[in-house]
Amino acid sequence: MSEKRIRVLVAKPGLDGHDRGAKVIAQALRDAGMEVVYTGLRQTPEQIVSAAVQEDVNVVGMSILSGAHGTLFPEVIRLLNEKGASDILVVGGGIIPEEDVPALKEAGIAEVFGPGTPLEEVVKYIQANVKN
Amino acid sequence: MFKEDQLDKVAAKKESWTAKLEATKKKRPERQSQFATDSGVDINTVYTPLDLAEMDYERDLGLPGEYPYTRGVQPNLYRGRLWTMRQYAGFGSAEETNQRFRYLLEQGQTGLSCAFDLPTQIGYDSDHPLAQGEIGKVGVAIDSLADMETLFDQIPLGKVSTSMTINAPAGVLLAMYIACAEKQGFTKAQINGTIQNDVIKEYICRGTYILPPEPSMRLISNIFEYCSKEIPQWNTISISGYHIREAGATAAQEIAFTLADGIAYVDAAIKAGLDVDTFGPRLSFFFNAHLNFLEEAAKFRAARRVWAKVMKERFGAKNPRSWTLRFHTQTAGVSLTAQQPMVNIMRTAFEALSAVLGGTQSLHTNSYDEALALPCDESVMIALRTQQVIGYEIGVCDLVDPLGGSYYIESLTNSLEEKAWDYIGKIDALGGAAKAIEYMQKEIHNSAYQYQLAIDNKKKTVIGVNSFIMKDEEKPKGLLKVDLSVGERQTAKLARVKAERDSAKVESLLTAIREAAQSDANLIPFFVDAVKEYVTLGEICGVLRDVFGEYKQQIVF
Repeated sequence: MSEKRIRVLVAKPGLDGHDRGAKVIAQALRDAGMEVVYTGLRQTPEQIVSAAVQEDVNVVGMSILSGAHGTLFPEVIRLLNEKGASDILVVGGGIIPEEDVPALKEAGIAEVFGPGTPLEEVVKYIQANVKN
Repeated sequence: MFKEDQLDKVAAKKESWTAKLEATKKKRPERQSQFATDSGVDINTVYTPLDLAEMDYERDLGLPGEYPYTRGVQPNLYRGRLWTMRQYAGFGSAEETNQRFRYLLEQGQTGLSCAFDLPTQIGYDSDHPLAQGEIGKVGVAIDSLADMETLFDQIPLGKVSTSMTINAPAGVLLAMYIACAEKQGFTKAQINGTIQNDVIKEYICRGTYILPPEPSMRLISNIFEYCSKEIPQWNTISISGYHIREAGATAAQEIAFTLADGIAYVDAAIKAGLDVDTFGPRLSFFFNAHLNFLEEAAKFRAARRVWAKVMKERFGAKNPRSWTLRFHTQTAGVSLTAQQPMVNIMRTAFEALSAVLGGTQSLHTNSYDEALALPCDESVMIALRTQQVIGYEIGVCDLVDPLGGSYYIESLTNSLEEKAWDYIGKIDALGGAAKAIEYMQKEIHNSAYQYQLAIDNKKKTVIGVNSFIMKDEEKPKGLLKVDLSVGERQTAKLARVKAERDSAKVESLLTAIREAAQSDANLIPFFVDAVKEYVTLGEICGVLRDVFGEYKQQIVF
């Protein structure tokens, strides 16, 4: 029996235009055998959740470098729950101060990957924690 | 540069030396099977006159301040005046940023550089739904002239030069700056500064675009024309490779993509009927200073030479000032690590030194805590002191182009130039930079991915990240936090401004902008009239969005 491929939405919430990290992560996940959809810039939480549901993904990975994570990440979680999509694994990355991480985790962000994280660590984390 | 018989002698020596080298390598194997720069230029063990056999001193180097400007744009460069020490700053409200500006000026900074928050950069007022969570985060929030007045309170705009990192709505912020300076009692001719105004790189990699390429290019040409007549000291654009490099490009790609964007702006302005020598002298550039020290120093030299040739040979510019590439440099944000952040002070110092050896006109040095947060007062001060050490203590400013004539530097300058022309040729074949956005994005992404893989597999050493890791590292203290109430304060201020204006006047000024946008009039004078009556940035950009539509990003991945 062939294993189902993990489907990932890589998203850029907010107005921040730095997508180097998001695209590098997206490429690494694809090279690790996952199916990856990248949203492009300036996505509202509504757009991200609707893309996640429509694309039937197992994972949403969000990247923010502008400091708006405290507002936007929890909003994505809230909307996913509202749509009954709380089984989707949601992770985040970017410039996120360590002291903000506990609140994000409490809101439902499973893991936050900061600068310097090796690509393999992200790949392994998703493989180990995705809910099928 | 060398006589043939000299070269023959060197060649003969080199042959016997190479045999010795091979024998040495057997005893002392090299650390890597191959050495190359970040741009993929192979590096030999040593360089000699043989590597510069084809070089012609007059044609390829010349003297400082002379074509092709390889050695610098000024005959005496830093012996006359050091570069402008210009730290990029801005966060929270106009009050907070005003305090940071005044702190920096008190510490001996010589020019201002303003960071705007993302809603401002994308032409939304603070009360727009998309501004939620972003107000004052990566820069200062500016909605109307009232904010600009606070931002420059007690800073005489006729005496300090200001660089504003603003692109899609550059014309509107420039209008506010003019209005603010006039209110302080200065004339347009007295103000001096730069707007970034480089929209093509926003499409490529920075993301703060608003309008599609065609109206964006028109606005840029409008600014060129307006400034050439009204504010002759103003740098009308800062054509930026910085962000292209931060997004992952190599040094060679940084030169090529930046100058290809420059070519597109010159083309557009000439098509709009402007003479190349009326706006050419006011074009300025913005580059990155990355870690590969010698390649970076060579990069600035190569970029100057390529641009001189572009302006003289391709566009037929006759004014020597049009041939000169004057540039600002910022050290590489992407080279900063969140781990062992104090090490960033060293990285930044070496990067800054490469920019000075490359002849930069102004410089921003990053602060050590910027991989973690916006910089605090202490880290900003050390960053500025780094520039002062280079400028005043280590003697590198006592002559012009001290690296000139190094066999390696000259060879590397030539290699980078060659690679840059190759990319520019490819972009020309695609119809120019505005049509080659996806091509450049792909190239940049591929380089970024290779860079990350090289770090992950330890081909590239990053201290604290993949080598020399410290367990139980102490967490940095005193990181700057933007006051969470800034969003509420800013929207309240905006509401007050809107309540106090003459709304009939506002309507008629917005209608005038709409009609001007639909005609082929120069829009800048209309912006100036409007901002003086406290018409907001979001209102003006709203009209432009309405008339021209918005840019839709092509997702290249």
